[in-house]
Amino acid sequence: MNSRVRGQWFLGGLGFLAGLYALLILGLLVADVGFTSWDECWIALQSDAIRHSIALSFISCTLAALLSLVVAVPAGYLLARFRFPGSRLLDALFDIPIVLPPLVIGLSLLILFQTAAGQFFEEHVMEMTYELPGVVLAQFVVACAFAVRTMRLCFDSIDPRPEQVARTLGCTRAQAFFRVTLPEARGGIIAAGSLAFARALGEFGPILVFSGATRMKTEVLPTTVFLELSVGNLQAALAVSLLMVLAAISVLVLARMFGMRGGLL
Amino acid sequence: MSDHPMIELRQGILGAGETRISQISLTIPSGAYAVLLGPTGCGKTTLLETIAGLQPLHGGSLMINGEDMARRDPADRGIGYVPQDGALFLTMTVRQQLVFALRIRRRTIAEQEQRLEELASQLALRSLLDRRPHELSGGERQRVALGRALASKPPLLLLDEPLSSLDDETREAMQVVLAEVYSANSSTILHVTHREEEAQALSSLIIRFDSVLSAGS
Repeated sequence: MNSRVRGQWFLGGLGFLAGLYALLILGLLVADVGFTSWDECWIALQSDAIRHSIALSFISCTLAALLSLVVAVPAGYLLARFRFPGSRLLDALFDIPIVLPPLVIGLSLLILFQTAAGQFFEEHVMEMTYELPGVVLAQFVVACAFAVRTMRLCFDSIDPRPEQVARTLGCTRAQAFFRVTLPEARGGIIAAGSLAFARALGEFGPILVFSGATRMKTEVLPTTVFLELSVGNLQAALAVSLLMVLAAISVLVLARMFGMRGGLL
Repeated sequence: MSDHPMIELRQGILGAGETRISQISLTIPSGAYAVLLGPTGCGKTTLLETIAGLQPLHGGSLMINGEDMARRDPADRGIGYVPQDGALFLTMTVRQQLVFALRIRRRTIAEQEQRLEELASQLALRSLLDRRPHELSGGERQRVALGRALASKPPLLLLDEPLSSLDDETREAMQVVLAEVYSANSSTILHVTHREEEAQALSSLIIRFDSVLSAGS
């Protein structure tokens, strides 16, 4: 066998393995769509509980994504631009919610709000455990970690020199950041917000443990899938799942349009 | 012309880690076009960034235009800075870049327009005003970066290898532009380069980087 043929076999082997995985993903989506019909989806989506769950998911995920950006933009910028004592530790700390088992995050939230500080917060600021704000918090904890990682990559890819030039032109650090660097990070901010929204939308374990699965109260879309499956209503579970697939694909398209292909998306 | 030097760096300690430079002294008279000549990687950019306030001065003293600038913010040093690649603001048009320093200083719209007109004429940028950096050639980018630095008429202009990324033809044209800028403005210029011919063509004062080091020790 000559080297040209060997090269073709090698590339063919790589393509075969990658193709298998692509087929598996496509198979999952096609099977979901083929298992139901638009009519059955439409009937399932008429349920008050499911509509409440859709509305709550949309609102809570939007809030979680916005809160994530409020934290991720400064955190990503600091981590990308400065080395300070503990910066590597902080960088690693922000990754913990990504690698922790979701149920552990829920349990940790539950325990946090049983401490004296948590109890004080619930009594004087806002009730969290098994309440709506808790849903947003549970979503935020994980979504924010992904947003921080995305913003860090975004600021890493932005040349710091224009910002330095801006400072020589009369800007304070803050002015240089807001007028020069932040506009350049617009694509990254949209990608981080979209990713945070998508992660929040798929969040199940922490919400189940910290906020419960109360219908018409703390039920979000993944909770609906779980509740409908547990009573054997496969069509309703599938209808909600397809809704989440649609949202996930939209986020993927949005984030890729804004050029974050090299990041977490 | 003032009686004190534009730049007076004494026994400076700058840079960090492997790029740390100790005991460096440099004096640039007011009104000079000084070229600091040295090989690539010798620390010229570190020196320029320290004078601009973008890197800390760890020891020694730095006077600019007679004032102690060692701890002052880059914004307060009265400098214009043109880095090697121009470092234009990617989201702004040429027009926005040229008036940037004036907008930060809250100059009136009329003042901004007048200065924009002067710079566009002096640097042949009139037809480029609505373009963004990705629509400019290398020479055009450097002219915009120069105009942006000159907008607030700083007494000191720092140029970091401003011609190194240009082809021969554009470099010669840009040398003419720099000479014109020098004669038309009252700025003192400190230009760093590794190209001997560039130094010979432009400067009223050539300083070799190794002499700067030995002068400090």
